[in-house]
Amino acid sequence: MRMLPLGAADRAAMLATIGAQAIDDLFVDVPAEAVLHGPIPGLPLHASERAVERHMAALSAQNLTAEQAPFFCGAGAYRHHIPASVDHLIQRGEFLTAYTPYQPEIAQGTLQVLFEFQTQVARLFGCDVANASLYDGSTACWEAIAMATRVTRRNRAVLSGGLHPHYAETAATMARFAGDDLCMLPTRAEADSDDAAVIAAIDGQTAAVVVQYPDVMGRIPDLAAIAAAAHAQGALLIAVVTEPVALGLIESPGALGADVVVGEGQALGVGLQFGGPYLGLFACSEKFLRQMPGRLCGETVDADGKRGFVLTLSTREQHIRREKATSNICTNSGLCALAFSIHLSLLGGSGLERMASISHSRAVATARALGAVAGVSVINHTWFNEFALRLPRPAADVVEALAARGILGGVPLSRLCPDRADLADVLLIAATECTDMHDIAALAAALGEVLA
Amino acid sequence: MPRYFTRDHEWIEVDGAAARVGITHYAQSQLGDITFVEVPAVGAVLVRGDSASVIDSVKAASDVYAPVGGTVTAINPALEEAPDLVNSAPEGDGWLWDMDLADPTELDDLLDAQAYADLVAAL
Amino acid sequence: MNDINTAGWRPSLGTIDGAALPDTVTGNRALDLQEPLLFEIGHADRSGVDFDDVEPDVLPTLPRRAARVDLPGLSEPECVRHYTRLSRQNYAIDLGLFPLGSCTMKHNPRLNEKVARMPGFAAVHPLQPQSSVRGALTVIAELADWLVRLTGMAAVAMSPKAGAHGELCGLMAIHAALDARGEGDTRRVILVPESAHGTNPATAAFAGFAVAGIPAGPDGRIDLAALLARLGSDVAGVMITNPNTCGLFERDIKTIADAVHAAGGYVYCDGANFNAIVGRVRPGDLGIDAMHINLHKTFSTPHGGGGPGSGPVVLSAALADYAPRPHVVGDETGVRLVEAAADLPQAFGRMCAFHGQMGMFTRALAYILTHGADGLRQVSDDAVLNANYVLASLRDVLDAPFAGSGPCMHEALFSDHGFAEGFSTLDLAKGLIDEGFHPMTVYFPLVVHGAMLIEPTETESRAALDQFLGAMRSLAVRARAGDPALRAAPRHAPRRRLDETLAARKPRLVWRG
Repeated sequence: MRMLPLGAADRAAMLATIGAQAIDDLFVDVPAEAVLHGPIPGLPLHASERAVERHMAALSAQNLTAEQAPFFCGAGAYRHHIPASVDHLIQRGEFLTAYTPYQPEIAQGTLQVLFEFQTQVARLFGCDVANASLYDGSTACWEAIAMATRVTRRNRAVLSGGLHPHYAETAATMARFAGDDLCMLPTRAEADSDDAAVIAAIDGQTAAVVVQYPDVMGRIPDLAAIAAAAHAQGALLIAVVTEPVALGLIESPGALGADVVVGEGQALGVGLQFGGPYLGLFACSEKFLRQMPGRLCGETVDADGKRGFVLTLSTREQHIRREKATSNICTNSGLCALAFSIHLSLLGGSGLERMASISHSRAVATARALGAVAGVSVINHTWFNEFALRLPRPAADVVEALAARGILGGVPLSRLCPDRADLADVLLIAATECTDMHDIAALAAALGEVLA
Repeated sequence: MPRYFTRDHEWIEVDGAAARVGITHYAQSQLGDITFVEVPAVGAVLVRGDSASVIDSVKAASDVYAPVGGTVTAINPALEEAPDLVNSAPEGDGWLWDMDLADPTELDDLLDAQAYADLVAAL
Repeated sequence: MNDINTAGWRPSLGTIDGAALPDTVTGNRALDLQEPLLFEIGHADRSGVDFDDVEPDVLPTLPRRAARVDLPGLSEPECVRHYTRLSRQNYAIDLGLFPLGSCTMKHNPRLNEKVARMPGFAAVHPLQPQSSVRGALTVIAELADWLVRLTGMAAVAMSPKAGAHGELCGLMAIHAALDARGEGDTRRVILVPESAHGTNPATAAFAGFAVAGIPAGPDGRIDLAALLARLGSDVAGVMITNPNTCGLFERDIKTIADAVHAAGGYVYCDGANFNAIVGRVRPGDLGIDAMHINLHKTFSTPHGGGGPGSGPVVLSAALADYAPRPHVVGDETGVRLVEAAADLPQAFGRMCAFHGQMGMFTRALAYILTHGADGLRQVSDDAVLNANYVLASLRDVLDAPFAGSGPCMHEALFSDHGFAEGFSTLDLAKGLIDEGFHPMTVYFPLVVHGAMLIEPTETESRAALDQFLGAMRSLAVRARAGDPALRAAPRHAPRRRLDETLAARKPRLVWRG
């Protein structure tokens, strides 16, 4: 077996050094009735590299990919082009096969990347500080709510109806066990986001208001107005960004008054990957620094006075605070953070703006083309690169029919809200710089056929 | 003014119904370089034994317990910028908070200086 | 001190304490290359990405930002060089032995990387119609089947994103099961051994439980009598790590599980150390109700400098119905994803958006298929053999507090007992850096003073182990003798010891120029 360097002679010599007769002697502490005396029956035995590759390639071939099909899916995961150098660099063994940088003298590569990443995220979100990443956007959203309850010593949060339903469900699951009270506004298929309803739901017990920006239907809430209302009641505004490329064109949430900005970083460098691993982004005001969840990298000096970086403020973390930790998280999404950071370094502010402009333009062209299909209307007043359509038939059926024609024609809102019959006719459509005019024409034509 | 000690290495100096609280020299020596001190809120009502403050060093976070019950009247404002005062002057400028006592009889359960010195000597 | 020297790309030359400066203008020393921060070399108007030449068409209703995001850009050659130079300041498994106890730094097969990048896995969206992702769903179903069979459990929840996330999932399933029994409000306590990973008590608290500690006995295992005495009507369950964090198998696990069940509780097992027993022992046969599996430990997905991990949770029949949404179901009608709450009425909720760490599932499945049932058994045999070889080879120079407690499993535990006055585990660890090795896990578990936990893994050859053992023996002798040079280690790393107190007192988490 190619992964196992020990041979029979090695094993015999090592057992002799240990003073054991056989390998079984090393498992004597396992209760006898639980010891297996051979490979588990019914499971395959080892296979060659070629055989495994063929098996996996066959499974891969059963999927319709974003590279083959005109592709319009979004709803929290976006297909942008990833420069070839990103994937090359993250596969360098010194990044790929390193551990968490607990020994900073031999982990300055990872640590400097994390410091640069934190700075990039803080600037992108318009905040003072950022952490070294969390699992994904949905868990980052919950961690922000949990931090707000610690900071304000209140336990109620208002969740906008424009928050991705998976994010809301994740928060509701955690709140059930943490004993927090969530006011979850309903998803509404209207032209504008539910800012007024959000503001009306804020009271003096509210720790946090959670608003997605742009929201799950692509609408752009008035964060400044919601921030003012939240702050008037002593609550924090948590902005959730699932499409960070949008910030190339629209204002950063921190600049509009958000106290905490969290997001999903998948759109930059990480790729679709059928939902994971993704990248949780977390940034906030400096005054919450010691209440932040997750790992933090900080600047310091070494014994020679040279600049260097270390993981810091670890006393917030579970391996020291145990049941009093700010979070139970003991990892970040390091390699995804690296990919995000490399992609953003390649883009720079000017490239991000360009990428955002083209993505937006393609979404505008898509909306014009689809809005012209008989029976179809665009719901949004405005949008960045994602918008909602109302169809004359249930969107899930339409999407299946489009897939049968080789087109991945968006996400039915019913996929996210399966218990809401009133939303069955809503289809979410996203475009990016990868969407070309042929794709748009193909979708418009196919949608016309399917609805005819 | 009388000064009392706890078995958890806090000190409390009493002046009538008011008192000042900190950690002992021995406690700071065990913590190492202190990086941050989280103090209670002014107005907080403490019950004896409550975790009232947390002291961070690089590799540890340690609770400071209220030696007696009462209401916090002031916190040491210098600690935000200079947490190392708790290292350099734990029983002086590195004090943590002032409080009004709820029940002075709770002081009867604390150690005097000699008893505390004996406790540390035995560690 | 941090000013950049534009003449020589010298980011931070030191002068403190008159330490020797490098004898070059640039601060570089041949292949030892210094690298400035991105913000010191990039420019706001530079970009390393070319886009199609199109005229933007921006909606007049779109609220535009006031100014461009202030982010430096790099051209492609600058970018490749920046990150390549940074990578060379990292230690990694690809460079050498990485004996971090409890972390399982085994070789990461490159087939894993190739498979994960196949377009049918890498370029599919989580919310595509199910008919368009049958192959991707089959990967999840195949891996789930392996995990269930390897552990002898009833079901598996695939969505948790890391080990600690899996712990949360398992404890929330226990909480939900207790709620269904009407005991959610009365069984509030989770028992956690003192030797546990710190995540265990943190997780129990986040899942809504109180934590009660259980002491370790003198042999490094759970104090059985203390645990049995604490069981009662307020106990929701126990969290046990087995093999435990001292590297020992908990012999009494079956007795513990039976007693906990008899008292109405559940048994959670921290599966961080499953790599020691995979293919040899099934946790389901030991009475476990829930256990997370770190795919990045046992099943070789890369650690990536700190994630992403993946933490599927296997569940007993008692807890299976409470597993979170969504589920992949494979049966005679094919494979499908069940997402709606109405179809999973007892599911306790949702752990995250989408279906889990697909990119880790493909890698783990490739690893499992490569090894097969026979190879996985050999993996645990060799992991345990290598650890016992380390234990046997160092016992005469390092204190091994539990060496008399029976064979170790996949990791060997030592202490700093016997070091010269003023010499610590940290000194020995930093000495290993100069010898070209990553240090072992230090100061964990907390139940041993100056703990050193060494996990060689099965992917190290005997020659690699012997070289490591030679270095360890030398360092142990120096620490016992009090060689002052050891306290200055490391001297040959890209940085010497870093001032962690400064970093924590005056946190600088972002670059401000």
